[in-house]
Amino acid sequence: MTLGWYLAVSVLIFCIGAGGVLVRRNPLVVLLCLELMLNGANLALVTFARMHGGEAGQIFALIVLVVAACEVTVGLGLVVAISRRNLPIDVDGMHELNG
Amino acid sequence: MSPTTWGWLVLLFPLLGTIVIGLGFRRYSRIAGVIGTGAIALSFVCAVGSLLSLLGRSGGHREVVSSLWNYASSAGVDAKLQILVDPVSVFMILVVTGVSTLIHLYSTAYMRSDAGYSRYFAYLNFFVLSMLILVLGGNFVMLIVGWAFVGAASYMLISFWYRRTTATSAGIKAFVINVVGDVGLVLGTFFIFRHTHTVSFLGTFKDAPHVFHTDSTDLVAGCLLFLVGAFAKSAQVPLHTWLPDAMEGPTPVSSLIHAATMVTAGVYLIVRLHPLFQLAPSAAEVGAIVGCLTLLIAGSIALVVTDLKRVIAYSTMSQIGYMIMGASAGAYTGALFHLMTHAFFKALLFMAAGSIIGAMAGNQSLDRMHGFRKAMPFTFACFLIGGLALSGVPPFSGWFSKDDILAYVNNRGGIYEVIGVLGYVGALLTGLYTFRMIFRAFYGEPSKEAVEYAHGHPAHAEVPRNPLTGEVEDTAVGFPGSEHATAEDEPAMTIAMGLLAALAVVGGALQIPGVDHVITNFLAPSLAGAPLAAASHEPSTGTAWVGLIIGAVIGAVGITVAYLIYVARPGTAARFQAAAPWLHKFLVNKWYFDEAIDLVVVRPVLAFGRFVESVLERIVISGGVTGGVTGAVRSGSAAVRRAQTGFLRYYAAALMLGLSIVVLYFLISST
Amino acid sequence: MSEVLFFIASISAIIGAIGVVTLRNPLYAVLALVCHLVALAALFLLLRAEFVAAAQVVVYAGAVMVLYVFVVAYVGGGDEVAAGSTLRILGPLFAIAVAIELFIAMLGTALKGINGQGAHYKLGFGTPEHIGKLFLTDYLLPFEVASLLLLVAAIGAVVLARRRRGLGDDDFELARLLSTPRPAYTGTIAEGVGVRKVLEQLEQAHGGAMELTAEREGEEK
Repeated sequence: MTLGWYLAVSVLIFCIGAGGVLVRRNPLVVLLCLELMLNGANLALVTFARMHGGEAGQIFALIVLVVAACEVTVGLGLVVAISRRNLPIDVDGMHELNG
Repeated sequence: MSPTTWGWLVLLFPLLGTIVIGLGFRRYSRIAGVIGTGAIALSFVCAVGSLLSLLGRSGGHREVVSSLWNYASSAGVDAKLQILVDPVSVFMILVVTGVSTLIHLYSTAYMRSDAGYSRYFAYLNFFVLSMLILVLGGNFVMLIVGWAFVGAASYMLISFWYRRTTATSAGIKAFVINVVGDVGLVLGTFFIFRHTHTVSFLGTFKDAPHVFHTDSTDLVAGCLLFLVGAFAKSAQVPLHTWLPDAMEGPTPVSSLIHAATMVTAGVYLIVRLHPLFQLAPSAAEVGAIVGCLTLLIAGSIALVVTDLKRVIAYSTMSQIGYMIMGASAGAYTGALFHLMTHAFFKALLFMAAGSIIGAMAGNQSLDRMHGFRKAMPFTFACFLIGGLALSGVPPFSGWFSKDDILAYVNNRGGIYEVIGVLGYVGALLTGLYTFRMIFRAFYGEPSKEAVEYAHGHPAHAEVPRNPLTGEVEDTAVGFPGSEHATAEDEPAMTIAMGLLAALAVVGGALQIPGVDHVITNFLAPSLAGAPLAAASHEPSTGTAWVGLIIGAVIGAVGITVAYLIYVARPGTAARFQAAAPWLHKFLVNKWYFDEAIDLVVVRPVLAFGRFVESVLERIVISGGVTGGVTGAVRSGSAAVRRAQTGFLRYYAAALMLGLSIVVLYFLISST
Repeated sequence: MSEVLFFIASISAIIGAIGVVTLRNPLYAVLALVCHLVALAALFLLLRAEFVAAAQVVVYAGAVMVLYVFVVAYVGGGDEVAAGSTLRILGPLFAIAVAIELFIAMLGTALKGINGQGAHYKLGFGTPEHIGKLFLTDYLLPFEVASLLLLVAAIGAVVLARRRRGLGDDDFELARLLSTPRPAYTGTIAEGVGVRKVLEQLEQAHGGAMELTAEREGEEK
């Protein structure tokens, strides 16, 4: 398949992930959708690495992987801390940083 | 040494005196008086030195200029720290430093119990310095600087007893009116500078006949503005209302500033700028007319005023009217001669007034002082000498100088004849009010204070009071001291007054018509080139003597009338007052000038200020400009703040929206 | 052959993605993501990125998702209602809008490579040997920075999620913090945030007023 198809798949995954972030209310699922978006970006990177023939895109994709892992760690840590305080696990319930 | 070196030294000593006393005024006690008097005495010595060195030069070389440095040579204004030593300025510095030395000597005794003794001498030295800058200045800039400083020194000295409300308001009034004069002076300079493009005096006088033609608009405007300055400083109508109030200052201050020196600055101005005034005869006529009006108005008010110092103040106003009249008409020699003799006898009169006020324990009202002739003979003698000189009785100095002016003015013809005749009417009034004052204070039944003084214990007020309003005061700093000095007791005062009395007697010998013309000859180099000062305008000796005799007669008539009213038939004054109460009221209220100025100037300005504050300041600036700006910022930020809802997903939605817009932009821009 | 594989992998990836977004139970959502990740690894293999595919399976699907499973088991989250009114419609709308724009960008681009099969194959492209060499030569700095980032994230997670002394102490801690005296009605952030409501909630949770004893003063934050 020509590489354009891979990019189309990457766009679809990214946008589905974006929609998920906007729609879901459980912070865990929001983080999952965030992972989806990152994966979409990874696919695009690897596609372009294939297109140009250099491995820079793949290296970038690996770094994105590392970042995603760190972000998940910290995000899940936050969710655990929230649940420890018996606060509702709801993104809409935590809206105190307003005004 | 050259005249200008002496000139700089004349300026240096009062400057040093001011600085030394001013920096240490809290620590000095009597030494401040010694330093102050010594500084001015040294200055007088240097003035004599400059006179001698000037006389050592031939006539054509008697205008010497010296500059220390350039203040600014930008925009074509050649402002320099420059003095001009020529006969006119040497004459003035001799008078100023000489009389100032004697007044400083008098003050060492008069102010001896005052808590602000050192501060007083610092101010007084500063005043002498400013006056010397004014008369020695070689360009308009130095003149304006000296003019402004003198105004400031006058303010500081009038409100010397700063805890007295009447004194501080009088100081403010004097300063405000002087500022009006300052504005006139500066604007006048500008009008002249526009055409001559130089501010130095000699340069201006050289260029003036070529740049201006007679009575050209700018020149007349400039000269009229100079006259505004002269009138404000010399207390001529209508800018005269500050001078009677200025009597709130200590008596030596009144004697120095408001009799001998500062108020004569206007006369000096006209004499110094005589080439300009000669090219603008209309402006000179205005000056002569105003001088004449002032001498009559002031003389009439002096007939009814009951405060001793204010009588002498109105007398000063009147005599300066003579000088301004004479200087505007062209009698430069006469005006300066009268300036000198007036300095002598007026300072003497004020000093003597200080003495008798001291005997009255601070009370200044003529209603309460009578019969001091036997109790204070020296003071009486001084008053008599000063009064006779003032009234123009031979052979005292005032006779020669006043009639010098009047003879010249009458000789000029035209409108000046009318002015001259009115001048003689003024001389009659002068004799009348002067001797009213003397007869009331020294003749008649001795008052209580006189009796006590004669027995050797001078009166002492148990509760110090403001002489004008009667409010209770104390004797700490800011108010007069507890002890009052009189001439009979204090040697310093006796010496000063004695010297001035001697000068008042013999001073006229300098310019006896037909016998010697010391002053005319001395001033001739400065006045060379002035057509009005040429010999052709001088009255002949015969005319002059006729004038002198008329003057003597009029003076004698005035004195006799006063004697009749106040001594021979004591109730006459009261009968006159009852016969024309409206006239008396009009004169006592000083021709309602204060009220007129209040109505025409003060109230509109205050109303304008209130309007600006309530409308412009409050509504436009605070409300509209600053309020509007802050309101806009606040409402803008309130609008923006509504976007910070705190909901995570809304932020994410905003991110997505932004992302789509950015991608859209790039899509569009790439086509 | 590769087209068939491509279609299978991409359709599984997309179905997995849709599953993440729509499944109610968070555990099911995690499983859908695992499926998606494996499909994505297949796509990477088709693109000749061997090492990335392996890392994806081992790290992402293997470690990160396991972490997720643990947390979901611990925290749960349970049933939840769908999004509030506006964003329920606007969310997908924005996503569709971005998708359309990106498709237009892709279709309209003049990039030659998109219509081709990619660059000529160099021997060893995508092998761990090549990637490792690049990491240690050309891309050393990102490598080191990424390791630092991992360290920071690990420490951060420990700090955030650690347990305080005793049960229920954090509530007291929170209540103590929230009750520090602040001026009222002056617009402090604490006031805007609704500190009082949180305090009331905590008090309700503990049934009455909580005493703030001095021994808890020593807690470091």
